[in-house]
Amino acid sequence: MTDKADIFAQTLTAIAVQHLGAASVSDLKRLSGGASQETWSFKVHSEGHNEHLILRRAPGGGDGNSSGTAVGLETEAKLIQLAAEANVAVPVVRYVAKPEDNLGSGFIMNHVPGEALGSKIVRSDEFEAVRPKLARQCGEALAGIHSVAMASLPALRYSPASQEIKHYHEIYKTHGHPHPVFDLAFKWLSDHVPADDRITLVHGDFRNGNIMFDPSKGVSAVLDWELAHIGDPMEDMGWICVNSWRFGGIDKPVGGFGSREDMFAGYESAGGPSVDPERVKFWEVLGTLKWGVMCTTMYEAFRSGLDRSVERAAIGRRSSETEIDLLYLLAAD
Amino acid sequence: MQDLPTSLEIVAVVSDFLREQVLPGLEGRTKFHALVAANALDIVRRELETAPSANGDEALRLVTLLKSDADLETLNRMLCQGIESGELTLETPGLKEHLWTSTLTKLAIDQPKYSAFKKAVREGRS
Repeated sequence: MTDKADIFAQTLTAIAVQHLGAASVSDLKRLSGGASQETWSFKVHSEGHNEHLILRRAPGGGDGNSSGTAVGLETEAKLIQLAAEANVAVPVVRYVAKPEDNLGSGFIMNHVPGEALGSKIVRSDEFEAVRPKLARQCGEALAGIHSVAMASLPALRYSPASQEIKHYHEIYKTHGHPHPVFDLAFKWLSDHVPADDRITLVHGDFRNGNIMFDPSKGVSAVLDWELAHIGDPMEDMGWICVNSWRFGGIDKPVGGFGSREDMFAGYESAGGPSVDPERVKFWEVLGTLKWGVMCTTMYEAFRSGLDRSVERAAIGRRSSETEIDLLYLLAAD
Repeated sequence: MQDLPTSLEIVAVVSDFLREQVLPGLEGRTKFHALVAANALDIVRRELETAPSANGDEALRLVTLLKSDADLETLNRMLCQGIESGELTLETPGLKEHLWTSTLTKLAIDQPKYSAFKKAVREGRS
């Protein structure tokens, strides 16, 4: 172990002893190397009691204010707690790091067992029995997220439809390569901007891949809150329908596992207002276009020399996937 | 004129070499990146096979649609401007068909396994 890793393990143990009633820590391992956040898995032990926990912290123990659109980790922890109060299935937040902990910005939460790998949810036999219930449960979870009182929210960016369109249009224009289907989608979106008549907390990355599912119960935790913001709640409904997250299950619009009607019914039965499918379609078009533009941005990281990996280069050739999806949405007949 | 092998033959043999002889001996991240590399060469292979005639057809369609002649990139920029300004719409004769055909060509080269492409093939769109 390097000195730095050693100090990190000691710091985490000190927190576990002081704030979580643990006697020792074991099995500390890094789960993902996301650019914006580190995720660690570890176990804490006390007399006759073992627990599996997760730490999310800023890269290298910094302050975590590295990305333009991601919320900070304290904000993320606060949102998860607010979602829990709104009866949304989320991991229990156990401890939010303070400056004197020397851990950097971050928080500790319970590990939720289950599966979050999108392709498994869509195809694995293990999920066959519960699969028909998932779209409805996703609708129920969204109704909870969108019911969080605005006054209780921490400071978040406000990003209504017009702002989102403008942002991605600028990125597209800077990239400079002509994509006629992107222009068609931008034009359609500008002509169909919904009214800003209902503004709520938006999860911002609610899709198959960011939801933990249990093979017997279904939705067990809504994860990855770092893109949360204030906006049109239908953004979340459109995003989970984007074909890029259906993992081949193209005929099941919700995540590749369910129908829009089931999701809308779940939303309305859990107290959400009645859903306008046209507005959800608007956000599905915008979400699809957004992912297409993001593929070109990732290629830009290659072109600029920042990341010379084959993976970065090749992702530029995935924006065409979103173009065919956009044609299906806008020009199918 | 270049000598043999053709660029198509070279790309195909390197892709086969990666898949059959290099990949089985690799693990973890390196294996993943080698697979991405082999897939990227397959994009090049399909482009060499398809693009010369498909791009010629695309340019011809654009010349008719835009009533103007230029190189393929300029024609595409003109098409983008026309769509952005609202001058060209899905009601413009030939536009919708053009976008479908050009997009299906891209997919046939870039991602022929993508669900929406396979669906379009099933529906007889390509």
